Amino acid sequence: MTKPLSPETIAELLALPDARGHFGPYGGRFVAETLMHALDELQEAYERYLQDPDFQREFDDDLRHYVGRPSPLYFAERWTKKVGGARIYLKREDLNHTGAHKVNNTIGQALLAKRMGKKRIIAETGAGQHGVASATVAARLGLECVVYMGADDIERQAINVYRMKLLGATVVAVTSGSRTLKDALNEAMRDWVTNIDDTFYIIGTVAGPHPYPAMVRDFQCIIGREAREQILEQQGSLPDALVACVGGGSNAIGLFHPFIGDAEVAIYGVEAAGDGIETGKHAAPLSAGRPGVLHGNRTYLMEDRNGQIIETHSISAGLDYPGVGPEHAWLKDTGRANYVSVTDSEALAAFHELTRVEGIIPALESSHALAYASKLAASMSPEQSIIVNLSGRGDKDIHTVARLEGIKV
Amino acid sequence: MSRIAARFEALKGAGRKALIPFITAGDPSLAATVPLMHRLVEEGADLIELGVPFSDPMADGPVIQRASERALKHHTSLVHVLEMVAAFRKDDAQTPVILMGYLNPIEVMGFEAFAKAAGEAGVDGVLTVDIPPEEDDGYLTAMRANGLAPIFLLSPTTRDARIAKVCAVASGFVYYVSLKGVTGAGNAAMDTTALGERLDAIRRHTPLPVGVGFGIKDGPSAASAAKVADAVIVGSALVKVIEAEGADDDLLDAVGNLIRELRGAMDAA
Repeated sequence: MTKPLSPETIAELLALPDARGHFGPYGGRFVAETLMHALDELQEAYERYLQDPDFQREFDDDLRHYVGRPSPLYFAERWTKKVGGARIYLKREDLNHTGAHKVNNTIGQALLAKRMGKKRIIAETGAGQHGVASATVAARLGLECVVYMGADDIERQAINVYRMKLLGATVVAVTSGSRTLKDALNEAMRDWVTNIDDTFYIIGTVAGPHPYPAMVRDFQCIIGREAREQILEQQGSLPDALVACVGGGSNAIGLFHPFIGDAEVAIYGVEAAGDGIETGKHAAPLSAGRPGVLHGNRTYLMEDRNGQIIETHSISAGLDYPGVGPEHAWLKDTGRANYVSVTDSEALAAFHELTRVEGIIPALESSHALAYASKLAASMSPEQSIIVNLSGRGDKDIHTVARLEGIKV
Repeated sequence: MSRIAARFEALKGAGRKALIPFITAGDPSLAATVPLMHRLVEEGADLIELGVPFSDPMADGPVIQRASERALKHHTSLVHVLEMVAAFRKDDAQTPVILMGYLNPIEVMGFEAFAKAAGEAGVDGVLTVDIPPEEDDGYLTAMRANGLAPIFLLSPTTRDARIAKVCAVASGFVYYVSLKGVTGAGNAAMDTTALGERLDAIRRHTPLPVGVGFGIKDGPSAASAAKVADAVIVGSALVKVIEAEGADDDLLDAVGNLIRELRGAMDAA
């Protein structure tokens, strides 16, 4: 369980990152020289527009009228009864335009790109959700969009690839390394370094060099701010626990951050245990990795004894990443948040259960959070409550689930 | 005097520019690297940059990415690389060797343990692509304490104030990346005048020699760079030859031919 932290420690956590983008020993800006100036420029622009009422108004308007916010906080009454224990509320990010929380961030970054005079945006994507969210805002703002995607992921996520193309984006297959999300990120960085004058790189998660982890968090914090207000309105008190899945960790930090100061709220991030942590075939760096440096920041990684990054395994492409946002690394070390893991089969069971009991088909990523929440709720009393971030809808995963069950769709 | 400083001083005395070839350690095989290094020296290399393979070489183009992948296929580790340098040193006590790579393998070994082992193996400098001076957290101290020169990159996007900041901690030489992009890019002809102006701007901040890399692919581009730079670094063009030859018997000769061409062009410039 969460350790009680002193008010000073909590205040320090809330003030992070420091001026150089560090969360304790994590984060920072570990990039080649050519990117340093671009990151300085980005940080300067971001800090300026964060304080700019016009920018904030445009962002808020888009979230409301284009994304459809606020997203509901839904009391899953039937599922709560079935699980037997704490009341479970679902933060319905699946109802956002494009079907996941990713769009909160792409709107923020694309508005920033426009103000910085960049005509071209690039993005990396794993499952394709961030790629679709980036292609969507690019279409709306009339920006050129190039999405890097691992060649193996392109095969696994054909529908999202087609969606991106319909939206006018160019999808580039990445054939280097393990041909998945981490390699797509490498390739996007290479594009950025080459086209740095006119290109804005929209990173999809709370990783990468400073200021990305802080900036993406700030754009995603709308999730937690709304949830906090909604739960106070609905039950008159804060929840006892928060649960969200963690790949890079953007939906999780978006929910968690506005609650960090509420010491009585326990926080659980759920990593992908794949076939099981003990098998080594998983994507759970916080649970079973160690600190290192990748993709511009210091954080927990999955690596071999020589410091080479190793392949990850998860049923969910969106969690299939060997690193994690540096703020999560520090929340783990300080004890403010707990990081746990859920296997492929547990996530699948939760996918089916929520679908049948509540009529909501969750993304496989979010199903990891649901699986842990049901275990947690069962250990709690009916007077207690949990908010689960239902970060995305499961339509994109229908083929994966069907294939696993031997059904041809 | 360090091996790097001694080498640059000797070159200056002779009115020549340094040729610094880059190869990835363990490519095409673990056994091939030390003979390759000797051959590079025989054909006119003045310093050697030895790439430490990494699974996620973010700053490298496809040619060096593939070299890393080939080296990692036979599990070339940082320990292996240090063993190669030690083996090279048995027959060559003069040619400076610079390791070039990414931070994570060094971080796993530990800064101090790495620097000590590298110093003992006969490494002279370390260029870690993804640690800017701002992120120094014991890295510089460990390198210097073990006689290793921390070498840093400067790029076309580096502003004057940062040039000063980087030069303040750099030693050995300064590596100017001549274009925006990854290794192996660059098809446009080099603008020697503009390059010379950039190098002059760097020299206002440091007495260190300034090398130019990225985009040097043949005799003419090496000769252009040699007109204004103190050192010319050639990576992808050389690694391409290694890729084409593989473990073939002609590997050493093919590599030798390219180095001879570059050397000749630079000396004639």
